[in-house]
Amino acid sequence: MIIKRNKMLALLLAMMLMMSIVAGCGGQAEEEQPAADTATIPVGINVELSGAVASYGSNARDGAVLAIEEINAAGGVLGQQLEALERDCKSTADEALSVSAALAGENIVAQIGPLTSGNVAGSTPIMMENKIPLIAPAATAANVTVDEKTGETREYIFRVCFIDPFQGTLMAQFAADNLQAKTAAIYADTSSDYGKGLAEYFKETFTEKGGTIVAEEGFVSGDRDFNATLTKIRGTNPDFIYVPGYYQEVAPLIKQARELGITAPMGGGDGWDSPDMVSVAGGDALNSTYFTNHYSSQDTDPKVVAFVEAFKSKYNKEPDAFAALGYDCVQLLVQAIKDANSAEPVKITEALASITDFEGVTGKMTIDEQHNPVKAGVIIEFKDGVQTVNTRIQP
Amino acid sequence: MLEFSQQIVNGLSLGAIYALIALGYTMVYGIIKLINFAHGDVMMVGAYVGFFSITMLGTNIVVAMLAAMLLCALLGVLIEKVAYRPLRNSTRIAALITAIGVSLFLEYITVVVLGPAQRVFPQSAFPIKAYNLAGLTILNKQIFVFVSAVLLMLILQYIIKRTKTGKAMRAVSLDMEAAVLMGISVDKTISVTFAIGSALAAAAGVMIGVYYQTINPLMGIIPGLKAFVAAVLGGIGLIPGAMVGGFVMGLLETMVSGYGSSLYRDAVAFGVLIIILLIRPTGLFGKNTGEKV
Repeated sequence: MIIKRNKMLALLLAMMLMMSIVAGCGGQAEEEQPAADTATIPVGINVELSGAVASYGSNARDGAVLAIEEINAAGGVLGQQLEALERDCKSTADEALSVSAALAGENIVAQIGPLTSGNVAGSTPIMMENKIPLIAPAATAANVTVDEKTGETREYIFRVCFIDPFQGTLMAQFAADNLQAKTAAIYADTSSDYGKGLAEYFKETFTEKGGTIVAEEGFVSGDRDFNATLTKIRGTNPDFIYVPGYYQEVAPLIKQARELGITAPMGGGDGWDSPDMVSVAGGDALNSTYFTNHYSSQDTDPKVVAFVEAFKSKYNKEPDAFAALGYDCVQLLVQAIKDANSAEPVKITEALASITDFEGVTGKMTIDEQHNPVKAGVIIEFKDGVQTVNTRIQP
Repeated sequence: MLEFSQQIVNGLSLGAIYALIALGYTMVYGIIKLINFAHGDVMMVGAYVGFFSITMLGTNIVVAMLAAMLLCALLGVLIEKVAYRPLRNSTRIAALITAIGVSLFLEYITVVVLGPAQRVFPQSAFPIKAYNLAGLTILNKQIFVFVSAVLLMLILQYIIKRTKTGKAMRAVSLDMEAAVLMGISVDKTISVTFAIGSALAAAAGVMIGVYYQTINPLMGIIPGLKAFVAAVLGGIGLIPGAMVGGFVMGLLETMVSGYGSSLYRDAVAFGVLIIILLIRPTGLFGKNTGEKV
C-alpha cells in the first residue's frame, strides 16, 4: 500500500512538472509571436494565376511583387520588410474565399486582389469578418465597395481602379463626341456583372447625349459563335458597337464581325486588355476598335517611364494595366501604413479611407467616401495590332 | 430575306459541327447503350493533335485533320478497352459514371500536361477568304466545315450500309448475343465503332479550331453537351437522327439569337428540346422498330 501511494505521489508530481513545462512553453511561444510579426509585414496576394483570367492575375502579381521588392530594397516600411504571400484563386469566387480564409490565418495585414469583381465579391465576407483591408486592383463593378441593398460602404474593401459607371460613361462620351456616333448597338457579356454594369452606364450616357441605342444583345462566357447575333446587328447598321466583355469572347467576336463585313467602330472596357486580342482577332480586324483603360505603357509621364523600365528589366515583358494596378495597390498600401504609422489592419484601413492625392503609376488618386479612387482614364486604340493612346478623359 | 439567308448559312455551319460530334454519341449508344460522356473530350484531344501537327510539324490542314482522326481513333479504342470493356456486363449506371470519369480525366490531364490557357489555332494553316454572293457573306471556312462534315457523314453511311464491318455493327446493335452465334466478333466490332466515332469527333475538333481560332482543355464540354442533346433530339442510336438533330440544334440556336433575343438562346433551344421529347419521346426519327447502329 505504502509503496503504491508513493508511486501515486511520484506520478502526480511528474504530471505537475510536465504541466508546468508545457505552460512555460506556451508562455514563451506567445511572447515570440509578436516578435515574429515585427520581423516582416505579411501581405496577401490572392489573384488568378490559373483559369479563365489567368493573364490578368499573373500580371497583377508581377506588378505587386515588383513594388514589394522595390520597397524592401529601399529599407521597407516603418523599418520592416514586406513579405509577399502569393496564392492562386483559380479564377473562381469559391476559391478566392478559401484562399482569403487561409491568408487571414497567416496574419496578413492586407490582401491585394483578386482581379475580377466576382472573385473579389467571393473574398469579401472573409475580409470583413477578419477586419483586414482588401485592395482590389481591377474590380470595376459598383457593388464591390458598396453594399447595394443598404447603400453602405464596405468598410474593409478598397480599389485603385475606376468603377464601371466611369468606363461605360467614358466610352459613351468618346463615341458620341470624338467618333460622332448617332446610333449604337450594345452586345454585352451578360453572364458577368462587369459586362452588364458597363453596358448599363454606356446606354445611360449615350442616350443623354442624344444618341439612340438600336440593338441590345448579350452573350455568355464560353460562347464561341457570335454570327447569328452579329448578323442581326448588321441589319440595324449602327455607327458604333459597344462590346463590354472579356478578351476570350471579345477577340473571336470582333473577328467574326469583321468577317461578316461589319466595319463600324467597336469599343469595350479594360477586359479587352490582353495580348490574345491581337493573336486571335488579328491586327486588321482590330482596326478602329477602342477600349477604356487605367493606364498605357506608352505614357510619357516620368513615373510611368520609370515603372515600365523597372518592370521590363525584371520580367522581360511590357507591363499591362493589370501589372500597373497591382503595383499601385502595394504603393497605396505602403502609403497607408506610413500615414497610420502602424501595420495593424484596422489602422491601415482608416488611413486608406483618407488617402488624398496619392501619386500612382496609373494616375493621381483620391479615395472617396465609397472607397473608389477619383482619377482620369485613357482611351486606347488598336492600330494594326498595336495599342496606342488615343485620348485621355478627365472625370 | 438577305438577313434570313445569312442566318441559314450561320446555322448550317454551326449545325455541321454539332452533327459530327452527335454521330459519335449515337453510334456508341446504338451499339452498347452507353452514353459516352468522354466523347466531347476526345474532340478536344483531336483539336490539340491538329494544333501540334500544324505548329510543330508544319503540316497543312488536311494532313492535320487526318493525323487527329488517326490518333483519336486509337485513343477511342484504348478508352473502350481500358474503361468500358471490363464493365460491359455491369449496370448501365456504372458504365455511365465511368464515362464521366474518363471525361474529367481527359480534361484535367490536358490541363496538367499542356496548361489551362487557351491556345490560338494557327491562322496561317487556313487563311480566311470571304465570298460575297449578292450581299450574302460566305466564308471559305464555313464551306470547309460544311463540306467536310457532309462528306464524312456520307462516308460513314457507306461504311454502315455497304461494308462487312457495317453489317457486323448493325448486327451487334440489333442483338449482341445472336451476333456472337453468327460468328461476329463483338469485341472487334465495338472497337471499330469507337475508332470511327472518335475519328469523327477529332475531325470536328480540328474544324472547331479552324472555325473559332482558339482551343482550350475544357472546350469539349459545351459542344459535347449540345451534340448529345442533338443526338437525343434526332433519336439516339440513329445515324440520320444525329445528323438532322445537329442541324436542327444549330439552326434553332441561330434563329433564336437572330430573331428572338440572344439572351434567351439556350433557354429556347433547350425548351424546344423538352417539347419535342414530350411529344416524341424517342426523338424525331425514333421508331420502336427502327434499325439501329
